[in-house]
Amino acid sequence: MRLGLGFKIVMLGSLVICMTGCREDIYIQQSTSTEVGEPRFTGVDGFYLLNEGNMGSNKSTLDYFDETTGTYIKNIYAERNPSVVKELGDVGNDLEIYGSKLYAVINCSHKVEVMRATDATRISKIDIPNCRYAIGHGGYVYVSSYVSPTTDNPKAPRGAVYKVDTLSLSVVGRVEVGYQPEEMAVSNGKLYVANSGGYRAPNYDRTVSVIDINNFVVVRDIDVAINLHRVKRDKHGMIYVTSRGDNAEVGSRLFVIDPLIDVVVKEIDSPVSDMWIHGDSAYVYSAAINELTGKTAISYSIINLQTHSVVDDAIIKDGTDVNIKMPHGIAVHPITGDIYITDARNYVSSGRIHCYSPKGVLLWSQKTGEIPAHFAFKYQN
Amino acid sequence: MANDVQDEYLDSVLEVQEVIVVENRKKEIIPAQSLSGEALQGLNSQSVADALRFFSGVQIKDFGGIGGIKTVNIRSMGTHHIGVFYDGVQLGNAQNGQIDLGRYSLDNIEEIQLYNGQKSNIFQGAKDFGSSGTIYIRTKRPRWADGETSRVIAQFKTGSFGLVNPQLVWERQLNRHLSLSASAEYVQSDGKYKFRYRRLNLDNTVAYDTTATRQNGDIEALRAEASLFGFTSTGRWNAKGYFYNSERGIPGAIVNNVFRNGERQWDRNVFAQGSWENIFSQRYQMKVNAKYAYDYLHFLRDDPKELYIDNIYHQQEAYLSVVNLTRITPWWDASLSADFQWNKLNSNMTNFVYPRRFTEMVALATTLRGYGVDAQASILGTFLQDRVGNNTNHKRNTTHRDELTPALFVSWQPMRNVDWHLNAFTKKAFRMPTFNDLYYTEVGNKYLEPEYTYQYSLSNVWRKAFSKSLIKSVSLQADAYFNKVTNKIVAYPSGQQFRWTMLNLGEVEILGLELSADASAKVADVEMALRLNYTYQKARDFTDPSDAYYGDQIPYIPLHSGSVAARMSWAGWDLNYSFIYTGERYNAQENIPANYEQPWYTHDASLFKNFKLRGVGCRVGLEVNNIFDQDYEVILNYPMPGRNFKMTFKVNI
Repeated sequence: MRLGLGFKIVMLGSLVICMTGCREDIYIQQSTSTEVGEPRFTGVDGFYLLNEGNMGSNKSTLDYFDETTGTYIKNIYAERNPSVVKELGDVGNDLEIYGSKLYAVINCSHKVEVMRATDATRISKIDIPNCRYAIGHGGYVYVSSYVSPTTDNPKAPRGAVYKVDTLSLSVVGRVEVGYQPEEMAVSNGKLYVANSGGYRAPNYDRTVSVIDINNFVVVRDIDVAINLHRVKRDKHGMIYVTSRGDNAEVGSRLFVIDPLIDVVVKEIDSPVSDMWIHGDSAYVYSAAINELTGKTAISYSIINLQTHSVVDDAIIKDGTDVNIKMPHGIAVHPITGDIYITDARNYVSSGRIHCYSPKGVLLWSQKTGEIPAHFAFKYQN
Repeated sequence: MANDVQDEYLDSVLEVQEVIVVENRKKEIIPAQSLSGEALQGLNSQSVADALRFFSGVQIKDFGGIGGIKTVNIRSMGTHHIGVFYDGVQLGNAQNGQIDLGRYSLDNIEEIQLYNGQKSNIFQGAKDFGSSGTIYIRTKRPRWADGETSRVIAQFKTGSFGLVNPQLVWERQLNRHLSLSASAEYVQSDGKYKFRYRRLNLDNTVAYDTTATRQNGDIEALRAEASLFGFTSTGRWNAKGYFYNSERGIPGAIVNNVFRNGERQWDRNVFAQGSWENIFSQRYQMKVNAKYAYDYLHFLRDDPKELYIDNIYHQQEAYLSVVNLTRITPWWDASLSADFQWNKLNSNMTNFVYPRRFTEMVALATTLRGYGVDAQASILGTFLQDRVGNNTNHKRNTTHRDELTPALFVSWQPMRNVDWHLNAFTKKAFRMPTFNDLYYTEVGNKYLEPEYTYQYSLSNVWRKAFSKSLIKSVSLQADAYFNKVTNKIVAYPSGQQFRWTMLNLGEVEILGLELSADASAKVADVEMALRLNYTYQKARDFTDPSDAYYGDQIPYIPLHSGSVAARMSWAGWDLNYSFIYTGERYNAQENIPANYEQPWYTHDASLFKNFKLRGVGCRVGLEVNNIFDQDYEVILNYPMPGRNFKMTFKVNI
């Protein structure tokens, strides 16, 4: 009978679908390891690399480069912390090793993930809303946040710096700073916080908030430039602050603050998206879109921090910089001087990490997670 | 003469005018996929978007819940390329180009049609020639039996997610040539449902298994519309007013440490539209369409963890279309349509540029019929002028864009007495960047170019009706197509976390195959119908060979998808069953395990009973959706509801 045949076809069809395309149990994502070089013993075991992942995708992941075996290990967090619901989280924004702990600031998960620095297993997580960057000093970790709960205008909130006790792993203090604070650095007993005001364009913030670290109060605001972002400290204690500009008329710049007098003592007319200080050199990349022309300009440079001048307008010397679509992170190996630059590609697919010799010759490249950005070197115990 | 007879008569007058050569009164060269009547009402579907899942070649983006956005993508070309027409006039959204079909309740819909390319009927507005794929939604028109002059339909639905959904329809025959229909519907739902995330370790022990309740997915919405349908001795007209008002929560992505989001949205959509058509002579007929629409959107993010956002947008659209059709010979028709459209967007955002867009469209089309072949050729000229700026904040500026897009449709019936057609079409179309793409403060990129699609499609349709067998009718269709999308507009973060930009990046090639079968049968008093659909789509990214995802399947397009819908009716009982299958996909451009999405498939069933109670027609029903309680996601981090229920009570006075 024809109906019977139709029925058989449907049943057979369902069977075929279920043999090839049924749902299966979902397993925790596993890491993948690749040998990229010879084992080296330099006093540095390797580094962790935090991949940001796109907003809403919950794809922030952690990679580890094991220098003692020459192995690059991609995506270790989920495998080492399988019981953490929905893994590392959404938009990793900063990574810091302080003491024996690894701190990952996960912006859109509103938390700081605290792990053992030895193996990235979870110790705790600290809820801090809209957290951005972290820095350790004197037994505490300071975390900047876009939102201060005590702000006088909740519709345009000021940001805050949270003080976290590294033993109890709890928030023990909080101080209000400027609008949308970003990176921080400590020098001369003071914490310098760059305020961006990036969500208030065109009325950007222009200040660095200076916090007396013992009393944990803001002692002054230093007027620098619009839309501040990075704050680094060199070995002499000088503070370097970057301005993103407005991506149109005002370009990105680097400013130097002398912490003895808390005054901008130098403006360096060179665009900086991020930088890594190694000895008396700052390794810099810049990648910024200009909205007037619709074009993205990418550049690399090395700035001498004694003379405050650009001494080299290239970091990569073998021509392989053309393979980098969108530089998004930079680090220099503290012992060997090897240079690491990450490529976020189009921000929504796997990134790359490239390792260059101190002379700027490509040594190895690896695929990373989505939007590789933040480094933390792990010293030998 | 009763009005529905008149309506039918008029339809056939119009149709006979249009189609003299073919016997089967086919309006278009290539027919649509359509759902109407019992087949439509029996589907376990709340909205138009849910019903479209039963069409071939269609993918729905569904963010979950009754208030969640649902957008449709035909043949993988992207949602912006789809024109959605509501009672003959296109629904517009110049701001973001996105039509949320989840908002259009199925209850007052008579028919949904989907045309690949365009409706190949040349008696239509220039805009109807403009999209890459076109959906026509037709609301219910009053049809009168002899002696009937008014009708009231009251319906109440309730069920899972705290659903309260009353609806009232009032129809009245004002005179022999004029009918009125008015309807109002209210929807309220708390949007709460359980969802579950479960992961295993490699040794099959549970890594985590968590169940939570979806929050902030509530909705409250009111829709009211009124229509007049008029007939003259040589034509017909209609006028319609539409009002929609809603408040909803935006449930947001479920990510680590965040199981609740706090964004809210208010919408108000108002439009008035009218259509008039007349047959002036055997050689000439004309149609005029007009519309004015106002859309209000208020978005609020008031969450202490996030930066506060409170944005209001006002959108306006005015549209006028004049269509002229002339019969040159009995086998040769030609038409000329001219449309004008004006769009304006205002907002309280800082640095807003107040864009206005003027669009003039002219379409020239012709149809030839003879020797079993029907052919249609059309060319559409689109002339756009965007103006930005007001004198206070921004310099005034006007940009122009002119595009010519042709299409060709051919249908061949090889044997005169066999309902077997070989159809083919090719079409070029484009979509303009939306106001958000171009001018959204800090995101928009005013240098954007339009995005183009090129379609080449072949189909094979066979139908047969049987009078003496148990099987009453069978239809089989197979389509194969190749589409190309160039200059694809992609959101692209511009290097700093609070800035995205839009770029013309992307080239996609789509190879597709669609198979569908329909059958109906009658065994004793039991009527049965079965509808099967299968879609294969290889939609690959060919943007840049240096990208890791070059040649990979584009996000959220499954290789395999399909549906089954079966219906049985007997003595007032209707039993429906449906099955939707979406195969494995990737949630990002790169086809790697980290972006892998599992297949999902849901089984739905419903049982309705129609009966008379003291002369009043009644219908009660129970629907069960996702019977096997599958935990699935259509969009990454947007969990869908598990098993859920709905009850319907309907009276027809």
